[in-house]
Amino acid sequence: MGQFTLNINGTTKQVKVENDTPLLWVLRDHLKLKGTKFGCGIAECGACTVHVDGKAERSCSIPVSQLHGKAITTIEGLSEDGTHPVQKAWLQHDVAQCGYCQAGQIMSASALLAKNPKPNDEEITEAMNGNICRCGTYVRIKKAIKTATNL
Amino acid sequence: MTKIKTTYNRRSFLKVSAAAGGGLVLGFGLLNSCDPAKTTAIDYPLELPKNWFNLSGFIKIGENGVVTIMSPNPEIGQNVKTAMPMIVAEELDVNWKKVVVEQAGLDTNTFTRQVAGGSQSIRKSWKGLRIAGATVRNMLMQAAALKWGVPLEEVSTLSGTIHHKASNRSLGFGEVASEAATLKVPEEVTLKDIKDFSIIGNPTKNVDGKGIVTGKPLFGMDYEEEGMLYATVIHPPQFGSGIDSFNQDEVSKLLGITSVFKLEIDYSSAPKWQQKAFAKNNMIVVVGNSTWEVFKAARQLKVQWKIPSKIENTTNDKERLTALLEDKNIKPVRKDGDVEKAFQKSTKIIESTYSAPFLPHNPMAPMNFFADVTADKARFVGPIQTPEVALGMLTDILKLPKEKIEIQLTRIGGGFGRRLYGNFVVEAGLISQKIGKPIKLIYSREEDMSYGPFRPTYKIFYKAALSKANELTAFKVKGAGSQGSPVWPDRFPAGTVDNFLAEHRKMPSTIATGAWRAPKSNFTAGVEQAFLDEVAEAADKDPIDFRIELFKKAETNPVGDKNDYDPKRYRGVLELIREKSNWDRKQKGLFRGVAAYFCHNSYVAQVVDIKMVNDTPKVVKVWNAVDCGVVVNPEGAKNQIEGGVIDGLGTAMFGEVTFNNGYISKRNFDDYKLIRQKDAPLEIETFFVENNIDPTGLGEPSLPPVIGALANALYQATGKRYYNQPFNFTKNSFF
Repeated sequence: MGQFTLNINGTTKQVKVENDTPLLWVLRDHLKLKGTKFGCGIAECGACTVHVDGKAERSCSIPVSQLHGKAITTIEGLSEDGTHPVQKAWLQHDVAQCGYCQAGQIMSASALLAKNPKPNDEEITEAMNGNICRCGTYVRIKKAIKTATNL
Repeated sequence: MTKIKTTYNRRSFLKVSAAAGGGLVLGFGLLNSCDPAKTTAIDYPLELPKNWFNLSGFIKIGENGVVTIMSPNPEIGQNVKTAMPMIVAEELDVNWKKVVVEQAGLDTNTFTRQVAGGSQSIRKSWKGLRIAGATVRNMLMQAAALKWGVPLEEVSTLSGTIHHKASNRSLGFGEVASEAATLKVPEEVTLKDIKDFSIIGNPTKNVDGKGIVTGKPLFGMDYEEEGMLYATVIHPPQFGSGIDSFNQDEVSKLLGITSVFKLEIDYSSAPKWQQKAFAKNNMIVVVGNSTWEVFKAARQLKVQWKIPSKIENTTNDKERLTALLEDKNIKPVRKDGDVEKAFQKSTKIIESTYSAPFLPHNPMAPMNFFADVTADKARFVGPIQTPEVALGMLTDILKLPKEKIEIQLTRIGGGFGRRLYGNFVVEAGLISQKIGKPIKLIYSREEDMSYGPFRPTYKIFYKAALSKANELTAFKVKGAGSQGSPVWPDRFPAGTVDNFLAEHRKMPSTIATGAWRAPKSNFTAGVEQAFLDEVAEAADKDPIDFRIELFKKAETNPVGDKNDYDPKRYRGVLELIREKSNWDRKQKGLFRGVAAYFCHNSYVAQVVDIKMVNDTPKVVKVWNAVDCGVVVNPEGAKNQIEGGVIDGLGTAMFGEVTFNNGYISKRNFDDYKLIRQKDAPLEIETFFVENNIDPTGLGEPSLPPVIGALANALYQATGKRYYNQPFNFTKNSFF
């Protein structure tokens, strides 16, 4: 059990958990940030994607002990009121079906656009291939990312 | 306009009357019924009223004209939480921008068929939802007419306002809602003409869209309460196994763990179709302070499992199924004419055999449910496709009266049939009852993938005969599957061919099976459509022409009287896809396959376009022509079609689990390949047949045929027929 100081969505949070607790469960169970989702627990599905120092990472596979001094952004912190271009584009294309994977998809897409504001088709596919959508919204996801580049 | 008796839907109103007594209808939740936590804010600012007036179980109207419409059915991604309230709003004649949608909990007194399954939500509720809206509209009009002292016939509504044209007066719905709530429910109401619809048919965004993209806690997995503990379960890895012994003391002592125990569930009172899915009825439960702690502790379990009396190896399933197909005792389920005679007289015979493996459902959200069971009552919150069935099981198993059990519904993180089977609800209830605390049960992905029930493994043999004039003279289908048959005896091509024989057999298996998105059809459609492609080729006919000829025959001169499809609508989607996809214009380097199918009361025709990219087939586009009657929400409808297409393609390409010595071969997404962005088509386009037929569902119908269209396009691209699923073609398996 250790005490950890985390920088999440621009604010400092203290948690007391076991060292190996994945960031995903710190967010969900301890900090009550439920937007980041549990899908597989082994970094294969992307539902738990967050930004760590601006990079898309799978929070289910990062122990809390490795996050000292790093800036973590979750879906709740992507924008104040859902107005990040990727969120707006997601609504415009009515992407979601069940919606469970979409926070992870949006975090992957927004990390891509932060680094590469005008990605081509291959770059989008590459960046999004780690996020599974079991409902099959892939075509809309791609369209929404293209729309977001113009917002 | 249609006049319609309100009897169909009266109980949603009568409950309100009864609550107030004496037929006087006062909203029972008057002044305090608004629970903002439950309401869904749509993606625009909406000032909520101070008071809500309950006009029925479906509708509450605020003094400012804002309307709450209850969405009765579970929302699993099929978008009924938007579409069902749209239907109510249409007949209520309210401005959609003034509507707040609220997810109803299980309420068997107010609602009927609160089920997400069989693509039936819209079809079965269409009439009831329309009446629900029209009845309240009538009551609001009556209240205004009384207020003005004018006859009801002179009063009309427009988008949330009531008008009296002669005196040029108008009132908002909110201004008469309190009076309307005291009126008697009319015996008969008038429904709108379809041509006057302004909400239905309008592409409408998902009411939970904003909540989803901002990460709001909408899902069962997100639900929690103060003082709640977390639980996970480990079921035996093999079907038919049980627990001999395990290191209970050791795991109980782990940090954050509050209890570890064995649990065995007696499902004998559950409906038979549910019991079939619950072959693993014993488990080890780990309860603790957080999800991570219980997951981690569960991994420390060392269990001596009992050796099952029957151990299944599915590597030889194909042989077992073949033996059944060749068995003399195979049962005929439909017979027209004499196929054997027709085969003897024919010029050409075409025959092929197809197979498909077991499949897990793999919804993105693993099974989970919240339960708080005390001595005299129980409360459940979570994702379930069949809450009423779950209630029945809970009543029997928890030994609590029905009225003491409450089930609230959350958004469902995918189901595909898995959440028709609420074993996880029962498990959550028993765990909470045993430890006397509220708990949230969460499965690991490995438990989720290996529990079952699975889509059965199937095999089908087809044989067709062509005459000298290349007409289809005989068609034979025999099918077998684990614990059930894949054959639909009265579906196409039955009814279009004079000599037809359908036979089937069931393969005994220990592997629990259940409904998986578009049950049976998810196999049968694809292989039937692939076989017809072979027959059309042998007949030297264009595959669309070949099918249309058959449907024309069934339109004018059908064989048998039990055919369960409408050949004209079937032909309609084929003609639409031919036109929209430019089927008749051949393009170099573009390999195309077509398929059409009818299931869940809807008709879908599809063209799959493949291009070879680096010597590997790539699905570039899928075209869909759909006849589902009136399209309630074209935006959501297209999304459903797209989802079914991608699910079908992914399943055909990669979907498979096997059982080796009773152990499942894949337990997480490192082994189990689901379709990802790289293998998804670049484009999907959908066209709807325009008609005024009552709407039918779309959650399933686009999945089954796309597997056939893919197989047929692959044949064009590679010269190879794909008989066994998964095709695995992206691994260059045919080179």
